[in-house]
Amino acid sequence: MATIHITTPPTKEDIMRVKAGDEVLFSGRVLTVRDKAHRWLLKTDFKPMHNAVVYHCGPMFEKKGKEYTIIAAGPTTSARVNHYTPQLIEKYNIRAIIGKGGMDEGVRKALIKQGIYCAAIGGASVVYASHIVKVLNVYKTEFGMTDAIWELEVKDFPVVCMMDTKGSSLFQKVEKASTTIYKKQ
Amino acid sequence: MIKKRGSVLTLSGTPTNQTLLDAFVEMYRLAISELPRDVVEGLETGLKKETSTRAKGVLRMMLENIELVCDNTKPLCQDTGVPIMYVHYNAADYSQLQLKKLLEQATKRATKEVPLRDNALDILKEKSVGNHPIIHFEETTGKTRVELLLKGGGSENVSKVYKLPDLEVGAERDLAGIEQCIVDAVVKAQGRGCPPYIVAATVSSNIADATASAKELHIQKITSKNSEPKLAALEKRALKRINDLGIGPMGVGGNTTALAVKCSANYVHPASWFVGISVGCWSMRRVTLVLP
Repeated sequence: MATIHITTPPTKEDIMRVKAGDEVLFSGRVLTVRDKAHRWLLKTDFKPMHNAVVYHCGPMFEKKGKEYTIIAAGPTTSARVNHYTPQLIEKYNIRAIIGKGGMDEGVRKALIKQGIYCAAIGGASVVYASHIVKVLNVYKTEFGMTDAIWELEVKDFPVVCMMDTKGSSLFQKVEKASTTIYKKQ
Repeated sequence: MIKKRGSVLTLSGTPTNQTLLDAFVEMYRLAISELPRDVVEGLETGLKKETSTRAKGVLRMMLENIELVCDNTKPLCQDTGVPIMYVHYNAADYSQLQLKKLLEQATKRATKEVPLRDNALDILKEKSVGNHPIIHFEETTGKTRVELLLKGGGSENVSKVYKLPDLEVGAERDLAGIEQCIVDAVVKAQGRGCPPYIVAATVSSNIADATASAKELHIQKITSKNSEPKLAALEKRALKRINDLGIGPMGVGGNTTALAVKCSANYVHPASWFVGISVGCWSMRRVTLVLP
């Protein structure tokens, strides 16, 4: 298990050297994308999304004047957007997705030779908020502030790679092993 | 005046609508920012027993997060959940209508002041209405108290109902069948609902009663002992089986998959056995407020 620093936008070379199990510290630009935003992004062409790092998250924020500050920003369940993700990856050349709980076989295949899926810890919202340096932009606030697309600048945002570009998936391994144990119980 | 002891708040003095409202807002503030001691200790014990390095890292970060919000100014999780309240009211002191009105008002105020994330969405008007509590009332002869649960969406999404017999799951109409449903729900949930979980299960003749009763079990401490020995034994067996699965905290692998299993048995109908499973995440936000 290595610790790898990645500055956004990640290049193919950056991403190819990350193996499932490695700790990844992201610095740079990250966009939060939830269910509604996925649907919208697939119907339109949204410039800031190209080559972006995707974060499955609906943050809590404070607004003072025109300035937003993020106060809590843990991950949301990634599986809800399984069915949109392979298309999103292809359309916007996505090389890194951060979320929680893992994603399905379709996403694992779409990430081969293309990108990685990293897990953040659900409920550790304040830890993650402390790695968010700045709110760069908020798009599509008409979706509601939770479902809006937040463009965030992060510093050493700590996650663990769970699916890599070689098709290895740690969540899938855990799921298979636990199902085998369950059947024997 | 409000006194705090762990996750129990006690309001004293002659209550007015204003002091009640303030107390309800305080109840929210405490709930979003401080986990009950028994849950924190459950996580600490999990960390001590955990053998996987990756799982230990996850548990450590959870404890770090708890530590970071200990000044009660930040929310433990950005999903401040759906507020679910169990109000045991003494009709000599309060009316249901009065409490309902104040609790709804306090929820509006707490959404702005605490704050809470907007978690009540009107799908017809396509807009957020802030937050809206789900309130259950029951009359008591004792002191009036409000039990508040803040239940996040992730763990709610992996909650389930089984109708027994369920041949696919291998669950017959008996205690072993209920146990099987509990373990099956966790296998299906994997890491999606933020484990280590607190898994609550109730068998009943009726779907709504099974799920509602299971959810209400979350107001108990995770260390509380089931007074029914058969269910206590079932809980113990189910917990061991869950932690043998190797799912681990956040599904990254490890032996800390659940902190507790809670089970209750309501009456069943000769034709209908439903098992409601309410999965709680590790961030089990619960507060009790006792009123004068």
